Amino acid sequence: MHLYELPLIFVLLGLVFYVVLAGADFGAGFWQLFAGSGPRGARVRDHAHDSMAPVWEANHVWLIFVLTVTWTAYPSAFGAIASTLSIPLFIAAIGIILRGAAYALRAGTATARERRTLDTVFAVSSILTPFALGTMVGAIAARRVPVGNAAGNLLSSWTGPTSILVGVLAIATSAYLAAVFLAADARRSSAGGAADRELEASFRMRALTAGLIAGAIALAGIAVLHSDAHPLYHRLLHSDALAGLIVSLLAGLLTLELVRRSRFETARYTAALAVAAVIGGWALAQNPILLRGLTVRQAAAPHDTLVVVIVAVLAGAVILFPSLALLFRLVLRGQLDHSAAAAARPLGTGSVISASAPGLLARVAAACLLAGFGFLTIAEAGWAHALGVLALLGFIVCGFLADVPAQLAQIAREDGAAPPEG
Amino acid sequence: MQALSFSVHIPLVCFGIAFPTMILFVEWLYLRSGDQLYRTLARRWTRVMAALFAIGVITGTILSFEMGLLWPAFTSTFGSVFGLGFAVEGFSFFMEAIFIGIYIYGWDRLSPRAHFLSGIPIAIAGVSGSLMVISVNAWMNHPSGFRLVAGKAVDVHPLTALFANSFLWPELVHMYIAGYIVAGFLLAGAYAIGRLRGHWSRYERTALAIPLTIAALASPVQILIGDWAARDVATAQPIKLAALEGLHATTRGAPEHLLGWYTEGQVKDGIAIPKLLSLLAFHNPNAVVKGLDTVPADRQPPVNVVRVSFQLMVGIGTMLAAIGAFYLYVRIRRKRLPESLWFYRALALAGPASVVALIAGWVTTEVGRQPWVVYKVMLTNQAVTGASGIPVGYATLALVYVGVAIGVVWILRRLARMPMDLVV
Repeated sequence: MHLYELPLIFVLLGLVFYVVLAGADFGAGFWQLFAGSGPRGARVRDHAHDSMAPVWEANHVWLIFVLTVTWTAYPSAFGAIASTLSIPLFIAAIGIILRGAAYALRAGTATARERRTLDTVFAVSSILTPFALGTMVGAIAARRVPVGNAAGNLLSSWTGPTSILVGVLAIATSAYLAAVFLAADARRSSAGGAADRELEASFRMRALTAGLIAGAIALAGIAVLHSDAHPLYHRLLHSDALAGLIVSLLAGLLTLELVRRSRFETARYTAALAVAAVIGGWALAQNPILLRGLTVRQAAAPHDTLVVVIVAVLAGAVILFPSLALLFRLVLRGQLDHSAAAAARPLGTGSVISASAPGLLARVAAACLLAGFGFLTIAEAGWAHALGVLALLGFIVCGFLADVPAQLAQIAREDGAAPPEG
Repeated sequence: MQALSFSVHIPLVCFGIAFPTMILFVEWLYLRSGDQLYRTLARRWTRVMAALFAIGVITGTILSFEMGLLWPAFTSTFGSVFGLGFAVEGFSFFMEAIFIGIYIYGWDRLSPRAHFLSGIPIAIAGVSGSLMVISVNAWMNHPSGFRLVAGKAVDVHPLTALFANSFLWPELVHMYIAGYIVAGFLLAGAYAIGRLRGHWSRYERTALAIPLTIAALASPVQILIGDWAARDVATAQPIKLAALEGLHATTRGAPEHLLGWYTEGQVKDGIAIPKLLSLLAFHNPNAVVKGLDTVPADRQPPVNVVRVSFQLMVGIGTMLAAIGAFYLYVRIRRKRLPESLWFYRALALAGPASVVALIAGWVTTEVGRQPWVVYKVMLTNQAVTGASGIPVGYATLALVYVGVAIGVVWILRRLARMPMDLVV
């Protein structure tokens, strides 16, 4: 293990999280497209939407993580990838815009028909985006991306057999993961009744089908690699990478069996493991080559940057993982579900905020404004500027606290006890 | 294209900075008083925030894609220097996304206290995220922390480059306060329109007073902060200052021109105030201000673009400050909200105007740096992608953004019209 490899491991871990978590979100979109029509179809679409609503933004950020760490730690590789593969990257970008917009707008829909339209946009872009991103991975794996600013062929670099294979595999994997997760979510809320049980059964069927298809594509893919990306194929079968493939195969089979027995909660994790193992195997097989004519070591940023990135990522992880754990615990326990509701009680019942000496606060605010002007505008020294900014911020805060509570109390008084109108 | 994406993203950033704090304040009012009105208000604002954040997520993602799509050479040369800022920003984004998920979907499911606490990281992440992005921009304006040898950045110290930069603090504070001004005036403007249409119950008055007070306090402060930022520009980027003011030749005791148009080395039809520029920039009426002619013509920014947007920003900013001052005056003297309908008409305009000022401000700093992408280190045309087909991309993206903008307006209207009891 070298220092210059460590950020790449972070990137790969980020990629695993992205493929598993955001992949499942993409897959949820996939199932919205094939939900069928009528009330049953609407229920499937609503279920897919509600399951991912609280988490998709967090899941999506993994992509940003992958991008930023790549361009900080391996800037030349990032430049080469983004310029040669600009077309699929652009397609993915459009897909992400449409997807996010459709999601955001869904909150404003009033009729089933509007919802249906938006869900279709969402679903189509949910298929387009993983496909485009998959072709990019395929292009890198097949060594079609050379170093330099748009040095590779803009079209053929990402339309080779390996790219298409990985793109299709990305869609199938997403659909598979999503079906497993959605079945588990339906099980959780299936205390609700027959409708939920029916939902659970339908996603179980989907998970089994999608799992078989994804597995078949992956196996067929080995043949594609043999002809199209022979170096990768060779390394996959004749190095440590083979272990990754075997783990993935076993985890995949285990997942199918768990789903068949309706043990969805455990299946979540084995399905994720299967995906992670494939990515790990790919990384091992390709190491130490990053792009055509570029090893990981050559691509790496200078030493100081690497150290700072590693420290930053580790420090970030210390904050990030507990927060993520909190989010997913709340989600998996159903505490953020649409249906579960336990009305909240207000804490206090007293009057509107005690008017804590608004006169004094106002005077403090005025003093702050004066001090801020003096320190920031008249004085020249750096420390004075810092003081000045603090004083001005103090002016805003004190001024706000001096005026708003009193004003709100006044508004409430003027209004009497009349309830707010609709 | 990046500029386009940016102008869509940046007003959303303002809401990211300022909105969580305001919502938390309202929720805190509810927790303190138990008054359902505050709860309703906080919940309705939360829905708006949720929609805006979702759009912010995608526009932010597109911006990071564009770092590669448009500027691969910039990223591959300097990624090691500035990338750290974005990497840390990624984490802020993460925290924001995680807790916004908890906050939005936890309204009825968490205990009130836990729910309130879950909102605090959103506010913090909004600040730290913008700190990171601004640190990168400040670095582009005032690069340091590396040496360039044969086209490669060596001897890189990312921490120094990003955070030991004299440009960072004025830019950050300027942007941060702008966030409160824009979000404050836009929100207040929305309720001012409501007032003009006759919706004026306690709910609207409360919803107007909170953002308006913030914006009214922040906008006069912004003038002082902006002046501070301009003095930094004067010392570190003299050409940008010269472009801001349309100053052709280096001048002792330079005058300040208001309005007008820069042609053939001078400002036509403007109002000149003798020596004011020297006084403002260097606190000395006889100070020497460098002119545009100190660099060759192909190293000068497009003067009129910079100058007009700068004046636009300053002009609108001054008007906003005047509205703010008027409001504060009425509050202090009369102890009530202003009653004149003209005030509310002005307020309705102030929201969109503040967005214009915001974008004009970014145009000023970005175009003012041209033709450099990294000031005095890398030219913009050296940074741009070698991939063809950029115009097609432009057009497609522009079309998509227009669609998104229409969508945002549509959903905000829908949310505003939604009956109250649906949300409670």
